Amino acid sequence: MLKVNNLHAVINGKEILKGINLEVKPGEVHAIMGPNGSGKSTLSMVLAGNPAYEVTGGSAEFYGKDLLAMPPEIRSYEGLFLGFQYPVEIPGVSMVNFMRAAVNAKREYFGQPPMSATDFLKMMREKRAIVELDNKLASRSVNEGFSGGEKKRNEIFQMAVLEPRLSILDETDSGLDIDALRIVAEGVNKLKTENNATIVITHYQRLLDYIKPEFVHILYKGRIVKTGGPELALELEERGYDWIKEQVDSQNEEA
Amino acid sequence: MTMDALRQYIDLYREHPQLVEGNSADILNRPRRRALEALENMALPPVGSEHYAVTDLSSMLAPDYGVNLARVAIDVNPGASFHCGVPNITTSLHFLMNDIYASSGDGVCLQEGVFAGSLRRFCELYPDEASRCYGKVAGMENPVAALNTLLAQDGFVLRVSKGVKVEKPVQLVSILENGMPLMAVRRLLVIMEEGSEARLLVCDHTQNPDVEFLALQIVEIFAGPDSRLDYYDLEESTEKTRRLCSLYLRQEERSEVLIDGMTIFNGKTRNEYNCAFAGKGASLRLMGMGIEDRSREVETYSRVEHLVPECHTDELFKYVVDDQARGSFEGLVYVAEGAEKTEAYQSNRNIVGSDTARMFSKPQLEIYNDDVKCSHGSAIGQLDAMQVFYMRTRGLSEATARLLLKQAFMADVIDGVRLEPLRERLRMMVERRFAGEEAGCRSCSGACMVK
Repeated sequence: MLKVNNLHAVINGKEILKGINLEVKPGEVHAIMGPNGSGKSTLSMVLAGNPAYEVTGGSAEFYGKDLLAMPPEIRSYEGLFLGFQYPVEIPGVSMVNFMRAAVNAKREYFGQPPMSATDFLKMMREKRAIVELDNKLASRSVNEGFSGGEKKRNEIFQMAVLEPRLSILDETDSGLDIDALRIVAEGVNKLKTENNATIVITHYQRLLDYIKPEFVHILYKGRIVKTGGPELALELEERGYDWIKEQVDSQNEEA
Repeated sequence: MTMDALRQYIDLYREHPQLVEGNSADILNRPRRRALEALENMALPPVGSEHYAVTDLSSMLAPDYGVNLARVAIDVNPGASFHCGVPNITTSLHFLMNDIYASSGDGVCLQEGVFAGSLRRFCELYPDEASRCYGKVAGMENPVAALNTLLAQDGFVLRVSKGVKVEKPVQLVSILENGMPLMAVRRLLVIMEEGSEARLLVCDHTQNPDVEFLALQIVEIFAGPDSRLDYYDLEESTEKTRRLCSLYLRQEERSEVLIDGMTIFNGKTRNEYNCAFAGKGASLRLMGMGIEDRSREVETYSRVEHLVPECHTDELFKYVVDDQARGSFEGLVYVAEGAEKTEAYQSNRNIVGSDTARMFSKPQLEIYNDDVKCSHGSAIGQLDAMQVFYMRTRGLSEATARLLLKQAFMADVIDGVRLEPLRERLRMMVERRFAGEEAGCRSCSGACMVK
């Protein structure tokens, strides 16, 4: 579904992604790990289409279409979802109006009429249950006054509503206590099918105890420097990133 | 230039004093001489001078507007052509056709102790009350007040007697309608006696978008002890409409007043709010919004004087300027030496939506005693790029995201409206305004729609 080839991107004149290669197929779970500043969040922002980042080279195809040519909302309609590391607060826009606008925009893209009020509320109820999200949050402004855990659950709730084909979860585990982590991870697992895929960006092995990846990639200095199975994450947990850094840096020196 | 702009009106009065005075009331005629003297010696403040960051008074007054001194009736019967279409709201409805008062003709029936109607008529019926209030707070140093006083022949009065609570909101619809450029000289007087309560909604409209108009308005409000007044002023005019409006408010002890000035559609507008507390324990909620695009302009100047102890001011003005629009907010809260236990909060927040739009903001506090709680704040910014991006990742188009954010920006001003049907109408109207819908009665929150 997703083929990223030699992707380069800059922000504020600084090159952050220096040739990313990544392929994701339906049904797969990928984990992207790496030290701070390696470009993990930048990759998620570039794939979701944040206009603050400039793509300077390479390509990304999503189901055969040029992902990078699409505005963020079209990427969403086509089935890409980004769970934000820092979900954005939007005072004055209620969660329920926000979601209704999102759902109906997608339906319009596919030539469907807007969802009826009854169907919409029913769907909201069902999806809320997946992450045990409190009903009272629906009438509040988007993410405003939400606790850290509520914000992250709210991201997974939105993912459940939008039913993406590919979800990129950017450090969804950060700022969560162990119970919230379990709820979020279980939510992601409930939404898992053989037709969709997930990219989990994380610092810690902890989340991967719940969301089991087939592939673990290590991002360092804007490149994927190592790819392995779940055992790679365990090895990182044990040994840290230094051995990877040393390996890569010495290779670079040789080159 | 300065003199020329005023000269045509001075000459007009000098040439036709009988026409002006013969078609008005004695009480309105008395201060004209003083106004004339003030104008003769006045230089109009140039654009860019203090209190006039964007308004160019000279060029606003320069066009050769007609003034209907002979009181030729406009061939429109508002009672026949308008009806109030706000769901769940019944108002007692009044009209100013340009500057001539007309009732809705449906037998406006207010309670005992309430006068709502023509200023000229009020002066004839209640000369003592009229002379106690008319022109008593609008000072001649203000060119708008002086010019208005020189030429005003009629207007609207709401007077609520002691202890009377007016249940139905009173609505005044001011309409500009003419085939040729016209200046409407309007005068509003609101007298709230002790313990009275009322809500007044003033809607400004322009019927003919191709004609240049100037609405020259003075509003004087007297809020007696323990009175309560909600005053909503909504402009939905055209790009060729100019509006110069100065409001004067005097509050006695424990009175509670809400003033809300909303500029939804306009051409060039300057709104002035001159408020003063004359009695202890009174409170004022002063707020407003402006939505400006294309080459529209809005300027707000507010001055709130705390002259006595224990009064409370809460002031909030918000503006969104787009395209080449220009906006300005200047607000002064003055706390006098003896005004202990004053609480005054002033806030002005603005969104500038384009590189060519301009917003000026000048919040000011002047405090002459220690026992006060005061704050002021001002912010000018753009829509938050991360908020827009977040919404787009959920499937909202950029235009929809920006629209929702602008609406959200105005939410607290809209929530400040205490008249619920008006609040809901206003919410819808602001939504449509940001969505790019043209001005029209159908989207108006006053919604006195043309049949």
